[in-house]
Amino acid sequence: MATLFEGFTLCGLLQTPSASDSAIQGIELDGDSDHAVVTDSTRAVTLYKVSDQKPLGSWTVKQGQLLTCPAVFNFQTKEYVVVSDNKVIRVWKEEDLNLDKAFKATVSADVWRVHSAPGGEPVVLFQRGAVRLLDSLLSAPQQPIEDILSEEEKEVIRWSTNIVAEKQHFVLFTTEQRGEHFLYVQRLNPNTLQKYRLEREDSGASPLSFSASLRDKHINLLYLYPNGCVYQSVVAVRGPVGLEGVQALPRSLRLRLPVGEGELGGASAVALDEAHVAVVGMPHPSARTGKDFLCIWNTNFQTLQAGKEMVGRIRGQVWCYLGKLFVPHGKALSVIPYECQKSSLASALGKLRHPGIAVSKSSVAIPSWNTLLHGDQPQGPTKIVDTRKSKLRRKSQSAPALTVDQVLELIKNGPVEEVRREVEALVSRGDAQDLQLSVGRLACHLVARSQVETAFYAPGALARLVQTQCLCHSMCPDLLLLALEHKDYFLCQLCLQLFPDIPEVVTCACLKTFIGVPDGDVEMVSLEPDSVSFMEGLVAAGARGRQQNGFSPPLFEDSCDPHHQPKPPQHQDKKNPTLQLEVCPVGLHKAVLLNEVLQTPYSDNLLVPHLKDLNAPQVILFLQYLQFIYMKYSQDVYTQTPVLRSPTMTQIIDWVCLLLDAHFTVLVMAPNAKGLLSNLQSFVKSQVKLFSELGKIEGSLQELHKMKPSKDISQYSIEVIELF
Amino acid sequence: MGEFKVHRVRFFDYMPTAIRAMAFNAHTERLALARMDGSVEIFNFTDHYFQEKVIPGKDSRSIESLCWVGGRLFSAGLNGEIAEYDLENLRPKYSLEAYGGPIWTIISNTQGTQLAIGCEDGTVKLFEVLEEHIQFERNLDRQKGRIISLSWHPSGTHIAAGMMDMIRVFDVPTGHAVQRLLVDRGFGGSKSRETVVWSVAFLSDHTVVSGDSAGKVQVWDGHTGTLVKTHLVTKWDVLALSVSKDESSVVAGTSEGTVIQFQFIAPTLHQQQGKEWVRTRTFKNHTHDVRALAEIETAIVSGGMDTHLVVRPLLEKFDEKSHASGLRKIHFPHRNLVSCAKKVGLLLFQFPGQLELWRLGDSDGHGKPGDRLPLERMPEKLLLLKRKGEDHICCSALSSCGGWLAYSTVSCVRIYRLQTDNNNISITKVSKLPKALHSAHQLCFSSDSSKMFAASSQSSVLVIALTQSECKYVHTLKPKSGSRQPIHLMTTSVDGKWLAAANSDCEIHVYNLQKLKLHCIVPVYGSCPSAMGIHPTTNNLTVVHADQQLFEYSIVEKQYTDWSRKLQKQGLHNVWLDRDTPVTHVTFNSKNPNQVVLHDMHMFCIIDQSLPLPDQKTQFYNQMTLRSLSEQERPSHLHAFKICKTFQDLLCVSLLDDQSLVVVERPLLAITSQLPAPVRQKKFAT
Repeated sequence: MATLFEGFTLCGLLQTPSASDSAIQGIELDGDSDHAVVTDSTRAVTLYKVSDQKPLGSWTVKQGQLLTCPAVFNFQTKEYVVVSDNKVIRVWKEEDLNLDKAFKATVSADVWRVHSAPGGEPVVLFQRGAVRLLDSLLSAPQQPIEDILSEEEKEVIRWSTNIVAEKQHFVLFTTEQRGEHFLYVQRLNPNTLQKYRLEREDSGASPLSFSASLRDKHINLLYLYPNGCVYQSVVAVRGPVGLEGVQALPRSLRLRLPVGEGELGGASAVALDEAHVAVVGMPHPSARTGKDFLCIWNTNFQTLQAGKEMVGRIRGQVWCYLGKLFVPHGKALSVIPYECQKSSLASALGKLRHPGIAVSKSSVAIPSWNTLLHGDQPQGPTKIVDTRKSKLRRKSQSAPALTVDQVLELIKNGPVEEVRREVEALVSRGDAQDLQLSVGRLACHLVARSQVETAFYAPGALARLVQTQCLCHSMCPDLLLLALEHKDYFLCQLCLQLFPDIPEVVTCACLKTFIGVPDGDVEMVSLEPDSVSFMEGLVAAGARGRQQNGFSPPLFEDSCDPHHQPKPPQHQDKKNPTLQLEVCPVGLHKAVLLNEVLQTPYSDNLLVPHLKDLNAPQVILFLQYLQFIYMKYSQDVYTQTPVLRSPTMTQIIDWVCLLLDAHFTVLVMAPNAKGLLSNLQSFVKSQVKLFSELGKIEGSLQELHKMKPSKDISQYSIEVIELF
Repeated sequence: MGEFKVHRVRFFDYMPTAIRAMAFNAHTERLALARMDGSVEIFNFTDHYFQEKVIPGKDSRSIESLCWVGGRLFSAGLNGEIAEYDLENLRPKYSLEAYGGPIWTIISNTQGTQLAIGCEDGTVKLFEVLEEHIQFERNLDRQKGRIISLSWHPSGTHIAAGMMDMIRVFDVPTGHAVQRLLVDRGFGGSKSRETVVWSVAFLSDHTVVSGDSAGKVQVWDGHTGTLVKTHLVTKWDVLALSVSKDESSVVAGTSEGTVIQFQFIAPTLHQQQGKEWVRTRTFKNHTHDVRALAEIETAIVSGGMDTHLVVRPLLEKFDEKSHASGLRKIHFPHRNLVSCAKKVGLLLFQFPGQLELWRLGDSDGHGKPGDRLPLERMPEKLLLLKRKGEDHICCSALSSCGGWLAYSTVSCVRIYRLQTDNNNISITKVSKLPKALHSAHQLCFSSDSSKMFAASSQSSVLVIALTQSECKYVHTLKPKSGSRQPIHLMTTSVDGKWLAAANSDCEIHVYNLQKLKLHCIVPVYGSCPSAMGIHPTTNNLTVVHADQQLFEYSIVEKQYTDWSRKLQKQGLHNVWLDRDTPVTHVTFNSKNPNQVVLHDMHMFCIIDQSLPLPDQKTQFYNQMTLRSLSEQERPSHLHAFKICKTFQDLLCVSLLDDQSLVVVERPLLAITSQLPAPVRQKKFAT
């Protein structure tokens, strides 16, 4: 969890004439971890002691001059550096009182920024893209400065930073040119420049903010768009040197922030660690009004971890140094300490390691439970088909499909049929990564509305969402129960098949409903055809004639008995219970549903207590059914109907055991269970016999083993060995 | 190298006894371990878990609990006595009746000034630890019901006592019971049975942890006497508890053979408050009761009814895979229980209570490798010699001609003359033994059987001359180093000139038997010698240490041989160094002076000194490869270490004079099958 602590005001802000300009140019670190160097938008540089909230020193340039770049601290020489009027570089020490008397040097081109970081020399970035080390520049201030960016194309720098990594020094800056955005990565010593093109956002909007950090020998660039998308791109520190031209910079969606009405204006995002991002100037999802919040989001789990309302206008600026966030808002600059703890869940899942970097530097996949659990991406092939389909559909409809947010809006009040259509369109259109995010939200909204409005229930849409296999029970825990409530057995079946994480209590609730439902009700429902045909095959198999491979089921129980006396056949027909077992005790569709329950994963310790909820007739009926399929399986139908999903013999036996464990006393007491129990006992007996027969075979097989030179070791032997 | 006829012997029914108690001395890193038969073993954890010392058991002695006070070791048992051990002479120093009935437990305070024992009659008795003795001080308030377990608070002011159905906390200065913690009984049928608090642990924050017969590990607040947390860990008993030194972890041993770890941790990371005891890991290395446990710095040591000692390293304490991070199971003692008369093919097996003398079988047949030869004569048990007195046998020896047999307990030495003519065997006890010979740590005969050597106190060796009629004291060989440690290995040269003796201080003294004086001391190596032998022709001493290092030392020249130097320079192969059982026996081939035969529990090895040494890249276990190669290719792949793993769980490998090997196996399965049935564990739906 991340926490935002109580903040405090570091200093007041000047009122700037226009709303878009900020009162603060920059906040930089000093040699002391408790100091902050604040450069305001006009003439003053102030050094604060943060914990005491008091200024330690202030320097101003003369009236008429203007600071054009935030002051930075040169960590090597312990001096401050600032640029005034674009061309004059000023260097001074803390003890200097007057900035006018400080060292000055005028350079030949306009400076964009001076950057400094601990462990590296300050670098000067010129407005046309050239980069110089401060020292070398000051030794020859009038040296010619080349143009990197093209003048006539109107390419201008929007943002820049520098990063020092393992003796490598980087200057990163982004530019905008006719609506396109580029990232330049300038390596120093040896100097190389690499240009990347950022992917265009659909809306054509420009990124609101950038934040770069270094992790695992990769530079992570995080940027926020006005529509609330936070993307991440990864650039290797030891990048492809010598590649010419502009490369596309792949990005991955880390977070989709709720933006409320309209788009984000003055917002900014900064990465706190590998899992947390702080965002200012966004609405709080639960507050609904205003965009004046500072929030910390977990990008691994897409969860909001902490939020804080900032009073007054937020200018889309946030700095993060040493566990403190600096946010200018309203008339003040606030300092808010924060803490990001690695969540226990994340550590349990090994999520602390950054997922994408080691594997591929181009895309960072959003992890899904599905891939975590199964290690595969089941939606892969289906997606291709779907997109093809959807293309066709889109052509035929030729109506623009709605975005996720629009669909969510529609879910709030739209009619069932329209919702279904739009959800289907959305699901078939979306790519895998977006799907992961949106499907859960869609399902939750649908379920929420159904719970509020009893009249509203969209089975088609829900089924479609479940079929994407991006959903699981924990993402939308009310879905299955809702389906049960609405007697939507098809959806129940889908959920049971596709959810890997249904809790035992819900499994039991399903079981109870399935057993209790009248046969007539279910037979009308259309279920998944594959499982139905399996059950049809199973029921029909007995009728096809019992004599198979010399094995006769009615005699099954006695056939192993060596003292068995052949009984007269007509007598046997009346008495033998196995004949009655030829009739399935439940309807076909009910059986299909019960099969699904049998196949859901469970843990026996957790299941048994909930099984006790079943009443005696239900238990008996279920046991009868289990016995029925067991008997069917004992015949060799089992091998004859190859189906993708069918309960295994072990699953059946386990369930019988579980039921007996849970209800043993009840069953012993119930008079109508007597026959059933004795049947069960007899099939246990037959199993035991089977195994004893197998044991005998084992004996003969072992004899085969002994055909080889016998290896049994007695108390004493004399052997010959050879050593080489 | 050639073919060997192997006598594969499995009739030595060696049966180790169950482990009852354990105490780890963190200062010296020695683990003391008590077995059901009253024997005590000392393992050196700094030296590859080598079993340094064994104090033989005694019929009347039973040990329930062990306790270190500084370097002194105390035990207490159901015979009602407290004993202190003389670790230099490997015997109890004295024992003291406590007059409280059977004693269940003994502990000391952290200062090492007092001992406390828990008695059957409900008293906790305090003893003062004096320089050479202990003295009864006082009783704490007497309780109803026996005191099963005790734990002293680190400050020394309080003692927690586990009893029947309850735990009492005593204030030591006043002797009054200040808290009474009631322990719940088990469920169902065991409700009527009293709960035995088998083990308690008193932590410095006044937390009391208890383990009881209802299968619970409970955490109590010792100040208020309230139950903080109950972990139901088994349907059977929780028998032992051990706390790590930093008190962040507690391990519990159960009747199911599991060891369960609890750790004092916060539920989320980076949160220091709200720590609680959480069940974390379960280790299952035993099949039966885990009766004794010790959590040491980097490992959990456990032992119990299934007789083997398990050292389970905690892998989070290791950064990389190494020798120390592997699981260790110690099944067999690290010394010889088998003596072999090489000239006549007799084997002497040493049990705690008796000796067995066997004659090996014989076969005339010849066969190709892998064959089993038809037996012409079956092996024969010639003699079963039961010891006299209560003390268990600590060592025994058989002369190489098979004419003499000797054994020793802590109280006496007995020598017998054996005469075998064809099928008759006669045994006569040598009646008059010299007075100096009252007990021995090791016995050994010279190769011509004219002398016997007995290792006595302070690393001295008594030389006894044997003739048909009498045996006579000749001399006492004394080391110059003044070491007080016992000798655990002794060997003589075939020519009768040299005797080498190794003691627990890792010193090896070589004596000249003709001049009856010390010849030299082999340079002391940091690890204890686990086996040694003197070469019959060159008189080179081959020594193998507990850390698997191998040295060859020329006695005549008083320096390491060239071969040894070469070996040390090149380094032993990693596969050899990574073995986890020590070499316990070294013999030589009298026909081929280049061959040295050694063995540990899992393999035997013939070292051919004429062949090149393997380097790290060489395949070390290469017998299979060599077999598949043709005659011409083979010589280029040969190296000096020829290892045979066909025979497993070895107690002895020796080479008889007729060039046949004797391999004494004791399969672990055979030991397991003699153990009592483990507790029944319910499997699902049974």
